[in-house]
Amino acid sequence: MRIERRLTTPRWLRVVVPVASLLAALVLAGVMELATGHDPIATTSRLIDRGFFASGALSATLVTATPLLLTGLAAAAAFRMLTWNIGAEGQLVMGAVGASGAGIFLHDQAPVLIIPAMMAAGGLTGAAWGAIPGLLRAYFNTNEIITSLMLNYVAGLVISYLIFDSHSYWRDLSTFTARVFPQGKYLGPAASWPALGAGSLVIPFGFLVGVVSAAGLFVLYRYTRFGYEVRVIGDSRAAGRYAGMRINRKIVAVMALSGALAGLGGASQIGDFRHVLDPRGLQQAGYGYAGIVVAALAQLNPLAVILVAFLLGGLTNAGYSLQGPDFPAGLVGILQGLILFCALAGELLVRYRVRFRRLMVAPA
Amino acid sequence: MTAGAAPAVTLRGIVKQFPGVVANDHIDFEALQGEIHALLGENGAGKSTLSNIMTGLYRPDQGEIYVHGVPVAFHAPRDALAAGIGMVHQHFRLAASFTVAENFALGTHESRGVRLELGGIERRVSELAQRYRMPVNPRARIWQLSVGERQRVEILKALYRGARILILDEPTSLLTPQEADNLFATLRLMSAEGRTVIFISHKLEEVMAVSDRVTILRRGRSLGTVLTAATTPRELARLMVGRDVVFSLKPEGHTVGETVLLELRELYAESDLGTVALHGVNLQLHAGEILGIAGVAGNGQRELAEVITGMRPRVAGSVAVAGIPLRGADPRQAIDLGLAHVPEDRLGTGVAPSLTIADNLILKDYRRPPITTAGLIRYDRVRVRAGDLIERFDIKAVSPQTPTRLLSGGNVQKVLLARELSGSPRVLVAASPTRGLDVAATESVRSLLLQAAARGVGVLLISEDLDEILTLADRIAVLYEGRVMGVVDRAQADVEELGLMMAGSAR
Repeated sequence: MRIERRLTTPRWLRVVVPVASLLAALVLAGVMELATGHDPIATTSRLIDRGFFASGALSATLVTATPLLLTGLAAAAAFRMLTWNIGAEGQLVMGAVGASGAGIFLHDQAPVLIIPAMMAAGGLTGAAWGAIPGLLRAYFNTNEIITSLMLNYVAGLVISYLIFDSHSYWRDLSTFTARVFPQGKYLGPAASWPALGAGSLVIPFGFLVGVVSAAGLFVLYRYTRFGYEVRVIGDSRAAGRYAGMRINRKIVAVMALSGALAGLGGASQIGDFRHVLDPRGLQQAGYGYAGIVVAALAQLNPLAVILVAFLLGGLTNAGYSLQGPDFPAGLVGILQGLILFCALAGELLVRYRVRFRRLMVAPA
Repeated sequence: MTAGAAPAVTLRGIVKQFPGVVANDHIDFEALQGEIHALLGENGAGKSTLSNIMTGLYRPDQGEIYVHGVPVAFHAPRDALAAGIGMVHQHFRLAASFTVAENFALGTHESRGVRLELGGIERRVSELAQRYRMPVNPRARIWQLSVGERQRVEILKALYRGARILILDEPTSLLTPQEADNLFATLRLMSAEGRTVIFISHKLEEVMAVSDRVTILRRGRSLGTVLTAATTPRELARLMVGRDVVFSLKPEGHTVGETVLLELRELYAESDLGTVALHGVNLQLHAGEILGIAGVAGNGQRELAEVITGMRPRVAGSVAVAGIPLRGADPRQAIDLGLAHVPEDRLGTGVAPSLTIADNLILKDYRRPPITTAGLIRYDRVRVRAGDLIERFDIKAVSPQTPTRLLSGGNVQKVLLARELSGSPRVLVAASPTRGLDVAATESVRSLLLQAAARGVGVLLISEDLDEILTLADRIAVLYEGRVMGVVDRAQADVEELGLMMAGSAR
């Protein structure tokens, strides 16, 4: 068996390989299920049914897909320039802090004012949080993978502090119970983002924000001067410098853009679903890290991120609702891991070809 | 070479296709025992593919390989090595942080148990080094060695592994003339011992100087094998490019303007390692002039090009373009003042390799109208420009949307020059603009430089190829250890004197 580099990649391969990777991951997960004494076909079909076909499944899937979409875009935006923002998790949390702060501050205003303000605040705090590793990378040459990752833990501590360890603006101190059992202030009904209904399907407002952001990111990277610079720098930093591009500023800008997208995800968590700054819930889900998987599967294409977020959202959501004695709780995590694993292996097939030959020993 | 020597390697009817190209089209080739056999051809003629087939890196689609008359099929380089064929690649394959002896141990299975028997290897390396007069310290780490020394290590490694047939891929491309002469002496020693040397090159002089026979490749086909003694450089050049090559391109009757377009005053700069690379350089470049910067590689040429174009900060001194002083380390200002730059590292600095040709053609003016209006790149105009420049500069490409890295070296350079020269620059800094290019591409790059000068562009031509400078330049400045040893008019230039200056003897 030999592995040869492909000089050109046929177009059909770009579609076939991800799909085949997904199927391979399902088969591998089936092996896992067999090994643990579960019927793989029944389990898989239940998973798919609960994710996409059962009544109410699609609406629930969109709830999970919304944050994945935005963190997936965040990762795609940064990775395109080979800027490795691993901090979508923390940027989402900080976005939630910013958005809930704005929501609480403007609680007696009209939704027309509150909702855009929440989006802006979430995006800006996420951007600021993302800009920190960007600045460190650009001007002190620190590794952004490490700094953005570390800031995830800092963000986790900040949000815990705001609710559990302080009498902060975000904490509900209005009742005796709330003083004993710390929780965040509930945002008023005016701060709830509208959900769009189509029959029985409920589409969260945040999902639409995500779709619009995906289209915006696509246009930004494909058609604008900024996008051109990102592509050049992502391909060769030396070529970017040679062309007179301000690379340091671009790194900060891309990290901030990435953070803003993740921050929007945090704002949507508050506005669409939680309506309260909820440290445990926000951190348990791990949307930031899952966003990296989404971006990788989508091959950093913003439009493909929509589809992948939807599919992974469905699987995750099905995993939540099926969890129980006959359904292993870790299965969805394993499945996600296998999908990423197979997708990365599939990447190899896009760039290299494998040839099988009979082995012969060369006579000397 | 002894007459009637037995064949060492024989290739019959070798065909190798890559998507869209037939790299080798029914090639027959035979190298005899004890001969130095040159494989001559332009870039893209199929030389590297053929040698990769001989060393088991590629498998031919058709055809047979015989080693000492026995048919063989190679599946991996180690099969070829087992058959006694070793290769020295153009880009060395050595582990930089290992010692010479450790590199020899890599990939062999000599040590017993877990302990490496480096002592024995070191002894044998020294023996080999002495026998072939290639001094090398077996305990030195690779990163400490010069390029020439690394090449010796590669050759010794192949011999150490028992290569009777040695293939060298453009071995002189990174060597100084002195190092190249030493290499040739070593190759002659090896052939005198009955080893076969296959020497891949596109430089006529060295093929004439070192080989016994020459096989010429053109566009994937073999044009036959001739005895070196029975041919001339002119005939080989004609076979190689398929037409007569004009060797001298002396600009006739063109006059150098009075206007000073580029002025360097007391320029100091550091190398990447923090050592002094430029030591008080003063130079003036006039409109329509080609000023050649001669010198042996590593005497500050790279730093000079980078400091002028703003890619490297300067320590002291000034650079002015048409009288306007440059801020330090700001490539954008240099571009805006009309300073074009053909960098040494084409693929990677001069172009973004994975981007398309069309995208790379706007690298210098993407920021301004007409390419960008209101923050949007006008891709319709980018396409028109690409089509126009591809035609005007005769760039051989399937389409403007081809990733630039898939082009041959000569065409990458044409993309670069097309972009730099179409922006109507005042000054062009060209660093080794023809290095690694084949004869035809070299010729077209040189004539582009001459045309630019004829239009009034000031050209700073930095080249290690003294012949190139003598062919093109109006004046020649010699750089030695970061200092200008002297500036002479070409008319008064004396090669011997230039050589002395390049070697550090002041005038």
